[in-house]
Amino acid sequence: MTDWPATIAVVLGVILCVLSAVGLVRMPDVYIRLQVASKASSLGIALLMLGVALHFGELSVTIRALLVVVFIFLTAPVAAHVIGRAAYITGTALASGTTPDELAGAYDPETGRLAGLGDRLAGEEAGGELPTTDDTGEDTGRR
Amino acid sequence: MMGHITGVPDTVIELALVALAVSLVLAFVRLVRGPSLMDRVTSLELIASLVAAIVAVYAIGTDDPALIDVAIALALVAFMGAVAFARYAELRERP
Repeated sequence: MTDWPATIAVVLGVILCVLSAVGLVRMPDVYIRLQVASKASSLGIALLMLGVALHFGELSVTIRALLVVVFIFLTAPVAAHVIGRAAYITGTALASGTTPDELAGAYDPETGRLAGLGDRLAGEEAGGELPTTDDTGEDTGRR
Repeated sequence: MMGHITGVPDTVIELALVALAVSLVLAFVRLVRGPSLMDRVTSLELIASLVAAIVAVYAIGTDDPALIDVAIALALVAFMGAVAFARYAELRERP
């Protein structure tokens, strides 16, 4: 006898995990690779844990599987954000199709802090425009 | 790998383990090829997730619920590792 709900959850979870690994190899730059590596694999692990909970059908196992899912859903976005931020600050190249680099010049090189949206809008009202890639000299060697 | 009378078929478990092993190889390809440090950190993060996935499938296959704790610990350690790597790569830019 086959436990269909658990089997379907496991198969879908494994497919998502495989897709995220394929995306990690195929995607053109770090920022896009972060998307596949964090989103697809966290959904895949969530489905696998659903499969585990359905297969065992005990309260203690279900709680632990739920704990894994909650933990991964809390930490994967944070890790992806921190990695993406570090990649941008260390000057990792964007893919050639990424045309408006809206972060260009937004990070303070001294402190590493992002200039707030309020500051940037104030700069715009004071006569300037939001910095874009092609009209500032601040985009140093990023391609 | 015999477990419950009703359960996930052994064939599905074996195919799932093979597919996840192939994904590990793909993630390892990205780890070797880079090109930047952050690509490698991303790849390590995905490798930890894939190992947690393998542990989950293996827990179903062997009917051993204690293995779920391994997945919890792995997810925790991988997150700490990724954040530490990113933090120090960032600090290296501005001494």
